[in-house]
Amino acid sequence: MNIHEYQGKMLLRAAGVTVLEGVHCTTVEQALSAYDKLGSKVVAVKSQIHAGGRGKGTVMNPATRDVVMEGGVKIAFSREEVNTYSSNILGNLLVTIQTGDEGKIVKNLYIEAGCDIAHEYYLALLVDRDNKSVLIMASTEGGMDIEEVAEHTPELIHKVIVDANSGLLGFQKRDLGMALGLSGAALKSFGKMLSSMYTMFCNEDCAMVEINPLVRTGADEIVALDAKVSFDENAEFRHKNWDDLRDLSEEEDTEIRAKETGLSYVKLDGNIGCLVNGAGLAMATMDVIKLYGGEPANFLDVGGGADEEQVKTAFSIILEDPNVKGILVNIFGGIMRCDIIARGVIAATEALSLQVPLVVRLAGTNVDEGKAILAASTLNIHAADDLAEGAQKIVALIGGEQ
Amino acid sequence: MAIWIEEDAKVLVQGITGKQGMFHADKMVEYGTNIVGGCTPGKGGQTVDLQGMDFPVWHSMTEAITATDADATVIYVPPPFAAEAIMEAADAFDSIKGEGVIVCITEGIPTLDMVKAVAYVNNRPGVRLIGPNCPGIITPGDTGGAKIGIMPGHIHAKGRIGIVSKSGTLTYEAVAQTMSIDEGQSTCIGIGGDPVNGTGFIECLAAFQKDPHTEAIIMIGEIGGNAEQEAAAWAATNVTKPIVGFVAGATAPPGKRMGHAGAIISGGKGTAEEKFEAFRAAGIACAMDPSELGKVLLESLKSAGLR
Repeated sequence: MNIHEYQGKMLLRAAGVTVLEGVHCTTVEQALSAYDKLGSKVVAVKSQIHAGGRGKGTVMNPATRDVVMEGGVKIAFSREEVNTYSSNILGNLLVTIQTGDEGKIVKNLYIEAGCDIAHEYYLALLVDRDNKSVLIMASTEGGMDIEEVAEHTPELIHKVIVDANSGLLGFQKRDLGMALGLSGAALKSFGKMLSSMYTMFCNEDCAMVEINPLVRTGADEIVALDAKVSFDENAEFRHKNWDDLRDLSEEEDTEIRAKETGLSYVKLDGNIGCLVNGAGLAMATMDVIKLYGGEPANFLDVGGGADEEQVKTAFSIILEDPNVKGILVNIFGGIMRCDIIARGVIAATEALSLQVPLVVRLAGTNVDEGKAILAASTLNIHAADDLAEGAQKIVALIGGEQ
Repeated sequence: MAIWIEEDAKVLVQGITGKQGMFHADKMVEYGTNIVGGCTPGKGGQTVDLQGMDFPVWHSMTEAITATDADATVIYVPPPFAAEAIMEAADAFDSIKGEGVIVCITEGIPTLDMVKAVAYVNNRPGVRLIGPNCPGIITPGDTGGAKIGIMPGHIHAKGRIGIVSKSGTLTYEAVAQTMSIDEGQSTCIGIGGDPVNGTGFIECLAAFQKDPHTEAIIMIGEIGGNAEQEAAAWAATNVTKPIVGFVAGATAPPGKRMGHAGAIISGGKGTAEEKFEAFRAAGIACAMDPSELGKVLLESLKSAGLR
């Protein structure tokens, strides 16, 4: 789960990390009064969307796609400029390297005071899968695309692995700070900042905290100028405040509804809907559809113990996508019995008066009963014995309709 | 003969009085697993009825292992308490026996809880953790066997193919593929789809290589991370038995979590293409479609002179 920069900075500030004064706004009027309140000659007007590359993005009119302004993060040197930039950004589309062509409508702004930057650094905390630990990564090359730095000058990225038994240790903070060329007051400020950020990372169950850039000011203070914070969704049960931080307009509506019914759904661009039990098998089903010349319309895992109602919900979610021209159901029954799935499929197709071709592949527990139920139905359901056959059948069926 | 879990292994169930725990404990007994009881804090002294027999429940893992000399435990505890259940089991196995296998089925454990739990287990070298978010481990026997997890027992048969996989149902698919060419399984292990887990691919490959009853291996990965690439590179110099591989997620879009918490392509890394390439570079025979695993396995067995 991602949150906005202004929310991330709220958490950082509360944890004791130095961030600049700023105000979250949703209207131009609020932006202007934020400028007055901050009393800073120079302010940053920052679009708040859940995607990176905002500074180098393009602001467009959502209807005409005419370019309104280059850059979704602007430095304003006057009240007039705050007015111009805020009006340009709010309600318009911001297209960045991470949003894809469709871009995102900007509904939130962050007006932030300026600061005297001596140097920009990169800092990130994340869970490292290889070491099964929290990894802290820092670089002197702040403000840049870190993947580029990693590829061309990996020696400029410095890493610290935190031992879960001992936590972040003093020497690790010093080593990392010194690797960035810090000394004196700046090194001390860096160490204090890192402790606070690591504590926040653990307490808030973060998946990642990325600060790009982290800056050293002229006064040798270390300040988080940006904040990209994401949470580990598995820990949602112990963070009541996440409901307030979640911006549902940033998430796919169907994906949210799927999650509420215990389904895992990701929309894709193809035209063959898939309904599968198990994440690995669901991915493999998509892959095999593609292998036989089709394009999957979605990833959908109904989980290990889906009932008739969930199968019905799954069908209706798949059918909301107007691109869907056919559906492949692929179930390997373990705990889930094939006869129950077969009944669920029939109930769903009847209730939704399914119009598109449907191929059902069943295997595993009670497979014979399941197949018999499907065969006895008068509905137009095509059976398949294995995944390859199922994929070939559905590809042929929708090909025939084109 | 098998890896880590013998056919007659004595197994405890943590969370045995819960809905999931009781349901699967019953299925395990039905399969023939040597279940010796369970543990639910606060319910010690009770019994649970599995397949018409009474099984004892203990308050703590220390009590349960002391009383039963169990070899393994399987965890069906809900996510908020699962990491603690792993650590309780690790501590009890370590202090009482110096060894033990912990299989954690639970899906949805917070990642930072797992960072802690894995570090805790790794401090106790005789203790092995499999999972979490996995189907478990099964060693099919001549009659019955040891099924420790949620996989459908009836699709398995004793044999010489070792299977290791990140996915649940895709493992069943692989099992069915071995059966389609009249081969059974030595041991099948689901290592789970979470970013931070216990036993990894390399440990499984090493154990299969050492096990005299495993003659070929199926390895199934998925997008995210680079465990598959590392395992392939390791296998190239350390595994002499034929390996057949598949990786799920070739069509997954970058940056999207595909069901499993760990199944995400981030920063362009961890793609299926990358993993298939690593497999091929290591001499692993790849199936591009899981329905062809049987065919590819048969070819590998033939060229190794095993069929």
